This record gives sequence, structure tokens and C-alpha cells, in this order.
Amino acid sequence: MAEVLVLVDAVDGNIKKATFELLTAARQLGEPAAVVVGAPGTAAGLKDQLAEYGAAKVYVAESDDIAGYSVAPKAEALAAVAQQASPAAVLISSGPENKEIAARLALKLDSGLLYDAVGFDGDGNVTQQIFGAAITVTSKVSKGTPVITVRPNSFAPEAASGAAQEVPVSVSVSDAGKGAKITDTVVEEKGSRPQLSDASVVVSGGRGIGNADNFTIIEKLADSLGAAVGASRAVVDAGWVPHTMQVGQTGVTVSPQLYIAVGISGAIQHRAGMQTSKTIVAINKDPEAPIFELADFGVVGDLFQVAPQLTDEIGKRKG
Amino acid sequence: MNIVVLMKQVPDTEGDRKLAADNTVDRAAVDPVINYIDEFAIEEGLLLKEAHGGEVTILTVGPERATESIRKALSMGADKALHISDEAIHGSDAVATAKILAKALGSVEWDVAIAGSEATDARGAVVPALLAEVLGAPQLTQARKVTVDGSTVTIERVTDTGYEKVEAQTPAVISVVEKINDPRYPSFKGIMAAKSKPIDVKSLSDIGVEAGEVGLSNAWTQVASFENAPPREAGQVVKDEGDGGSKIADFLASKKLI
Repeated sequence: MAEVLVLVDAVDGNIKKATFELLTAARQLGEPAAVVVGAPGTAAGLKDQLAEYGAAKVYVAESDDIAGYSVAPKAEALAAVAQQASPAAVLISSGPENKEIAARLALKLDSGLLYDAVGFDGDGNVTQQIFGAAITVTSKVSKGTPVITVRPNSFAPEAASGAAQEVPVSVSVSDAGKGAKITDTVVEEKGSRPQLSDASVVVSGGRGIGNADNFTIIEKLADSLGAAVGASRAVVDAGWVPHTMQVGQTGVTVSPQLYIAVGISGAIQHRAGMQTSKTIVAINKDPEAPIFELADFGVVGDLFQVAPQLTDEIGKRKG
Repeated sequence: MNIVVLMKQVPDTEGDRKLAADNTVDRAAVDPVINYIDEFAIEEGLLLKEAHGGEVTILTVGPERATESIRKALSMGADKALHISDEAIHGSDAVATAKILAKALGSVEWDVAIAGSEATDARGAVVPALLAEVLGAPQLTQARKVTVDGSTVTIERVTDTGYEKVEAQTPAVISVVEKINDPRYPSFKGIMAAKSKPIDVKSLSDIGVEAGEVGLSNAWTQVASFENAPPREAGQVVKDEGDGGSKIADFLASKKLI
């Protein structure tokens, strides 16, 4: 059976859920093989986790040059693996850097690139949602090895045992790949909350919050659910929260199991970033707010009453 | 310094965007506008010119009608434009677009090429990286800050948890995120001046691109079909009677979400 390569995303030795989703999805297309790209020693701590999600092989493409330069070396390392493995497809979870890696890889392999897939079948047909999920598109790669980026939360991760046989791949980063040097890495907000882009639950606040201090109402509700925190563009434009928290057409696109919109009217620009969420709950004082057209459950009321009550109720029910 | 801003004309997000019968974006269905995020790229180009001197050239690959958006960019203060327009470009994928942009850049002098991080129609956010790959030029993308010192360009690249400082030598490909600056509105003087600024329109053969490398039939991916997504089933909306929060909790429990 042909191999399907999955690029592993890990932070501090912990593999992201999106990687397990892809290892699960890869089984539809062939035999899942994980690819670890990073500084020497990265793969050692990840192998056992990859075995639990069915990785038959773990390609290890490690080099001291990979972490020191932006994007290009990772694409070169992944291309080296693809050239060695001749896979049926390469799967990469969608995110700003990963899409750039995928793009460069596709060009190196003379292969078609499909980004932001939300599903695919065994014949290589890929489903994408465009124009704020108003249109569903079925696409196919017509040249080379399909390079596909998949939106987080598109597949449910399912454990399966895999041999996780380690296969070292030698990587030498070209001079062109060393053109953009990373001189400093700055962590601005390292909270305990999950990351917005691939969180299972997202709680977002909008203009109805009124001011920056009141945003703690959103944070408390999010923390009661173990959720990531998002915001509408109005809130970001007002400077109440950083731009990285913006959900919408020009911000982060999320597709969680549960999305709770608090004080968000639901302008097209916001809906485009969240309307593929599985379950949507809205709290807004305006019964005409467009967000209610999307909501599976909506409460017309004062968010300053409803949201804290919800936070308390969740706390009580969790005991 | 020679600054090139890559600008795309897109259908307005506020409109009812559609695909055409050949599965490409229906550019007639909705009024075209400058890709919103490219406005920040234009502004960044103008700021660099103000700080370091030189010229700002708008580079657009797109149909004839893109002239309207090019004029707007010129009215913001850009000096001139290069418009690659050719019927054979219709339906090109991101890879082909990057190849066209690379050849177009080969026909001008440039130190930095600045794009918006993504376009609001395709949302691929891949063309700047592809362009860097085609050119073998350094990739400085997802920038929330750009600093130029001689031939060294340093950016703050946005990451999930903060930012990275990334440094490269010119010529370099840059993409900027929205909010990097505050794009200016065209002044009346700027609008009048834009009418006489030069727009160089070139075909594929003018810049040395074979028609057989680009376009719908030569794309490396194909759209087989599309359908309008079914509208979400209407949910339940209740008025808060003092128990709105616990009603939501009941709903979440019924869905096994808590």
C-alpha cells in the first residue's frame, strides 16, 4: 500500500491534535507515515505518540539549520522525504506557516497544491469550502503528488497502533534556503488556554462587551470550558485584544465542535471565519442580529447577565 | 529603493460571491475592489519610500478591469504600475500566478516586493511563499513590522504565540498582515495625479511566459464541481427570562458538550 506522508506539528514535545487527525485521515488514502522536521533530537520524544495513532513509519528529517531559518528549510527537508518515499499524497494541517511549507513543497515536487481541505475520499477528491463556506467545492490534483493542507477539526482523531519504524533522512539545507534568518523568537502571551486555530471549543467576544476590562467575562467563560478565546474585528480594531485573536474573513478561521459568540452581531466578515463550527451558541441583546441565523441555540438577552450565569452553571455541572 | 507592491483585485467580500460555469471565480457577479489586505501592503510601500526614497510600483496580474483598482492604488501615492493582462491567464492557479509574478519582477528593478498576506477571495496565503520559491529569494512573510537598513530587511513575523524577528538581504519577498499600519485614503490631489501616472500593460509574451504554462487548462489542480452549501438548520432562539445562562447549559448538556 502506498504511503501517505503526514507532517508532524509539535510544541515542546507535545504533538498537536491536528496531527493525529491527519494520521487518522491518511488511512483512507494509504499507509500513514509521519514526518518529523526539526532540530536534531526532535523526533525521539514524539515517536511513541505517533505509534498510538497508526504511523507505520516515522521519517526523521533533522538538521541544525532547520530551526534557524524561516520556512524554506522545512520545505526542503519535507521535499527530501517525499523524494525518498514517493508517497501517494502529503498531508499538512492548515496554518499560516504550514500552508507556506506546503506551497513550496508542491512547487519543488512539480505537484498540485490543494489548501484548506475539510474532507476527501479514497479517489483523491478533496472538499473545500470557499467564500465564507457559502460554496462547497470538490477538487482534485491533476499533476504529481497531491500536496493537501487540511483544516484542523475536519477529522476526528482515532487511535490505532502503528510500528512507528524510524527512518532517518539526510537533510542539507541549501544556501537559498538560508536566506531568511530567524534572529529572535518572542513569546508574547503564553497562557494555559488552547490555541485558537485548532481548539475544540472557542468562546468569542464582540463589540457588545463594551470595553477591554469586560473581556474577562469572555475569558472566564472560556476557562470554564477549557476553550480558546477569540474576538470579532470590532474588538480588535478597538484595541481591546491583540490581532492574533481575530476570528473572521481576514483573521483566524476556526471550525470547532462548539463556538460561543458573545455580544457579536455576526457580520459577514465574522461569519466567514466561524460558520463551519459544528455547534454554534449565541448571546446577543439584539433579536435581529444575523448571528442568530447561524445559531443552534441563541439567547436574546444581556450578556452581562447571561454569560456569567452560564459560566457558573458549567462550573456547577462539572462539579 | 525600488519597491514593488503586489496587488490583487478581488470580488468584494460584502457581495454575493459566486463561481462561474467554468468553476472559476465569477468576476462579473460582484463589484471588484482592491484586496483589503493589499491596502496595508500599499501603505507599507509608501511608508518605505517616505523613509528611504525611491519609487513604488504597483504590480497586478489580472483582467482589464483591474485598471480601476490600479488607479486607486496610484491615487494613494504609488508612482506607476505594471499590469500583466492576458486572456490566457484566466483560471491560473496559485503556482502559475507566482510564476507570472516572478517573470514580471524580472522585467523591472526591485529591492523589495510587498504583498498582503492573503487575498480575501482564494484565502490561500501561499503566493508570497511560492514567489520566493520561484525566485530563490528570501521569504519575509506574515510581517507585522518591516524595517529596512541599507540592504538588510528585518521583519516581525507573526506566530501563534507572538513573533519571530527574521532578517534577510534584498531583493526579498515580503508579505504583511492587516493592521501593520493605517492605510491612507486617497486625497483629491492624489486622485487627480493618478490620472496621468503611467500604467504599463504587458502580455504574457512581453514578459516571457508561455501561455501553455498558465491558465485553467494547465493548472495542476482542477475543480471538478461545486455546490452552494446548504443553509444551517434554524436553531432555537429564546429570550432571556433570567435563566438564559442555565438554558444554554441545558442545551450544551443535551448535546453532551459539557
